[in-house]
Amino acid sequence: MVNYNVRLDRTFMALVDPTRRAILAQLERRDGASISELAQPFTIRLPAVMKHLDVLADAGLVTRSKSGRTVTVRLRPQPMREAMEWLRRYERFWSSSLDRLTAYAESKQAEVLRKGR
Amino acid sequence: MTSLTLVRRIKARPQVVFDAVTTAEGIAQWWGPDAGPVLVAEADARVGGRYRVRFRMLDNTEHESSGEFLEIVRPERVVMSWRWKGGAEDPGESRVEITLKPVPEGTELTFVHSQLHDEEARRGHEEGWTGSLDKLEALFAAVTAA
Repeated sequence: MVNYNVRLDRTFMALVDPTRRAILAQLERRDGASISELAQPFTIRLPAVMKHLDVLADAGLVTRSKSGRTVTVRLRPQPMREAMEWLRRYERFWSSSLDRLTAYAESKQAEVLRKGR
Repeated sequence: MTSLTLVRRIKARPQVVFDAVTTAEGIAQWWGPDAGPVLVAEADARVGGRYRVRFRMLDNTEHESSGEFLEIVRPERVVMSWRWKGGAEDPGESRVEITLKPVPEGTELTFVHSQLHDEEARRGHEEGWTGSLDKLEALFAAVTAA
């Protein structure tokens, strides 16, 4: 459970930054990219991109593999799936609660009308 | 900020919905993810007052959440802090915001549960992650389709 929370913390922390989300979105469109390809659309410098990639790799959201002098970065969606599932549990909790709240409030309103207040 | 937003249209006046949300009697009728019973419901609906709800799910597990009322504007708006007791699954404190708007058929209720799991992010003073479920979902859909 503790590991699970640490993993979720890392995933959400990684996803909170717009540059990192943009990097993930780029990776989602192709099967692997080099670091310079990833850096290209951004105005930030390569070392900053590397730092973002470290955060993404720590969260398990990307993998890096080296072949000769080229590092290829690939997307790893498992942590995102886990984060989605975590949020979905809240969604189910509240969605079901609010359905019952709706039914309850409507029955109370009908009661008020019957009493003619 | 990781958040969840839900909207419901209810055929009841805002005052009726407000009471259902802020009284122990009301809360006991609807709080929880399935048809399992609410075992304890306490609510002291004034700013600084506390609430506590314990419920049993159909799988027989019991869960308790509690917090403080941070804002009360009758019959329009309730804001409360929220935390699971025990908190093994989610140790942080989050924020629940319920806004009631009168509409011709009754009330439009907007529910926002925010600051979910973002203590790390807050410490990092990074840009907020708003509407996160939608964004995450979009990203996730793209990823699984790839």
